Amino acid sequence: MATLSETIRNSQIWKSIFRHPMPVDRRNRVVVMLTNFFLHLHPVSIKKQGIALSFTWCMGGVTFFLFLVETVTGVLLMFYYRPTLEWAYNDILALRDVTSLGILRELHRWGAHAMVITVWLHMYRVFLTGSYKPPREFNWVVGVVLLLLTLLLSFTGYLLPWDQLAIWAITVGSNMARATPFLGYEGPGAQLLTVDGIDMITNASDARFGLLGARFVGEETLNRFYVLHCIAIPLAVALLLAIHFWRVRKDGGISGPL
Amino acid sequence: MHGHVSEPEFLEQISGFLGVYYLTLATMNGIAAYYLWQSKRSAVLFRVGKNQFTTATLWLAVSVVFLFLAPIAMSGDPQWMRLASIPQPLRDLADFLMGPVVYTVGTMVVLLLMFLAREFFVKPVVAWGLLNLSLLLMGLSITDVDFAAIVTKPDNVPIVGLVFLLGFFTWLATYRAVENDKRKERGEPSLEALNNEKILVWPDLVYTELICMVALTAFLLLWAIGLQAPLEEPASSVKTPNPSKAPWYFLGLQEMLVYFDPWMAGVVLPSLVIFGLMAIPFLDYNKAGNGYYTIKERMFAYLTFQFGFLVLWITLIVMGTFLRGPNWNFFGVYETWDTHKVEALNNVDLSEYFWIYLLGQARPQAPAGSATATKLAFILYREAPGIIALLLYFIVVPPALVLYSKFFRRLFAHMGFIRYMVMANLLLMMALLPIKMIFRWSPLNMKYFIAIPEYLTNL
Ligand code: HEM
Repeated sequence: MATLSETIRNSQIWKSIFRHPMPVDRRNRVVVMLTNFFLHLHPVSIKKQGIALSFTWCMGGVTFFLFLVETVTGVLLMFYYRPTLEWAYNDILALRDVTSLGILRELHRWGAHAMVITVWLHMYRVFLTGSYKPPREFNWVVGVVLLLLTLLLSFTGYLLPWDQLAIWAITVGSNMARATPFLGYEGPGAQLLTVDGIDMITNASDARFGLLGARFVGEETLNRFYVLHCIAIPLAVALLLAIHFWRVRKDGGISGPL
Repeated sequence: MHGHVSEPEFLEQISGFLGVYYLTLATMNGIAAYYLWQSKRSAVLFRVGKNQFTTATLWLAVSVVFLFLAPIAMSGDPQWMRLASIPQPLRDLADFLMGPVVYTVGTMVVLLLMFLAREFFVKPVVAWGLLNLSLLLMGLSITDVDFAAIVTKPDNVPIVGLVFLLGFFTWLATYRAVENDKRKERGEPSLEALNNEKILVWPDLVYTELICMVALTAFLLLWAIGLQAPLEEPASSVKTPNPSKAPWYFLGLQEMLVYFDPWMAGVVLPSLVIFGLMAIPFLDYNKAGNGYYTIKERMFAYLTFQFGFLVLWITLIVMGTFLRGPNWNFFGVYETWDTHKVEALNNVDLSEYFWIYLLGQARPQAPAGSATATKLAFILYREAPGIIALLLYFIVVPPALVLYSKFFRRLFAHMGFIRYMVMANLLLMMALLPIKMIFRWSPLNMKYFIAIPEYLTNL
């Protein structure tokens, strides 16, 4: 067997992928971090407390992992799901009763709940270790945006099963937008925005309409939330995550006492 | 809720789960006892004659108790299961005592006590005991149909998890903070500073990550197999469920609707939460406590954050999820959700108190047919008490704090006018919620400080 694995590791194919021997000695452990695309997110060496579970709780990492799980299961779910009034509910029903990979839906839903929880815990840890203090102020701000986007991802996804739970939760949530000051038609001050006695802010032009694409949660909303959930918000999260991780390194790695 | 399932059937259904639950708890405590005994970390609690009663003995005893509970729960027999349940009179009492006020104030008092006596509560033996106690209470409660219905609702399960995770991590962080604070007093470096040597990322971090990923995948798979994702009736825009709840992470905001109109609870306050979070690094100028757990070195920031996060955000979410039923009425955890429960609501606005009760006259009202501007002026005049109170609150309180409090004077000197005012007003905004709660709960039963329904502007 030893010879087989040696043959593989000496083959041109293997060597074209991994440009160095196994990381068993110090030199190659350094090289592997520098030459591997996935590993180069990390520094080569790190303070011991930066990886202590009792310090970071690994919650940022867990959140990121859950984001990846959501991406993979989400893409697979898209094969089975059509965001139309005719099919949405039935497709989910089929995932439960017919599709052999129906467990994807459970993974995706529980993963999403877990991600909301872990992102809060991550923020909690960052606060309690004072890691938002200089020089990491900006990364905290990026983090807050990520927190908001995580909630929005979860919120837009909640509608897609198109069952009672879904539309009423979104109805309750989005009704708030109706009360936006000036921009919601039941919000303070909206009445003041009139031109020649014609209301500018109506239930067909206010903030809630912009969110739902309609006066109430309907087919337009389903389409809108689907696009936001599957494309727009994940892309934004991916970009911000890249910045977030980049900044963790540029700000001097995981925080620690000076 | 589970109206169509009879009590014995229900007990039968959960007996398997509950048996495994108690077996797990027994194992957990057994392992703890074994670990303490093996690692010789077991501390002596007390002695009887020559016999020592150690922490290892304690957890072993607890383990045996759980071991006895397991078959009782597993039996699924109503008579036996009663032994493993909270007695009905106690459940009724708990429901009777519980209400929004008791719940909110109670949680705050408990958290405050835990904070003040944190040196006691972070002791592993105490923390482990509390964990056991809460898990036991869960087990003894879940034989109640109503409790089970609300806690095991698929989308609520994560929140049960959230509560336990938060408990654990708050313990961990406080444990380290208490330790660090003691070390600093003795002039020793923090726990984190001890761990300052550099190590290679391969293998230490890469392997940790790999193991975490495998463990998490296994955990998610088990969760997905064990708990089916909810799917209710197909959407219908005419059948409004009662209660209609937002997704659980927004239930704190929905709970705020009890005290605020939607424009505040749903728009202004959430925006300020986001803005306030982003502002934290630019307001907290304290350089201490960067990169290690501490409480004493940043008491003010710590308490403010914990108040906002644990008390206002998490406590309200838990209440909105578990304790709010049809018509958003409050229900105790063992109480059946009754759609017909009515709660008397006759709230009074501040302007009514001022004009009618205090001055004994009708509230000012514009003469019929007057112009919009006149009407507006009358409205502002009518609501003047609230408007003035609010202006005083936001404009006068911050400088008053500087004048009368040494602590705020120091903040002001460090931060300068603008930063100080931003911080003070954010804090006052945050305090608006508890203030409104108190005025609502007080005998005054006050609803709005400023009530301008004509322009949908109530506060
Ligand atoms: C999608 C959400 C997020 C992901 C995937 C994520 C991921 C990470 C990861 C992997 C780290 C490295 C250290 C660690 O694991 O703790 C990190 C650090 C950090 N994160 Fe996040 N994060 C997210 C959201 C947030 C939020 C909501 C905040 C704060 C409001 C935040 C603020 C920070 C800061 C300040 C650091 C540097 C911490 C230090 O140096 O100790 N992040 N993040």
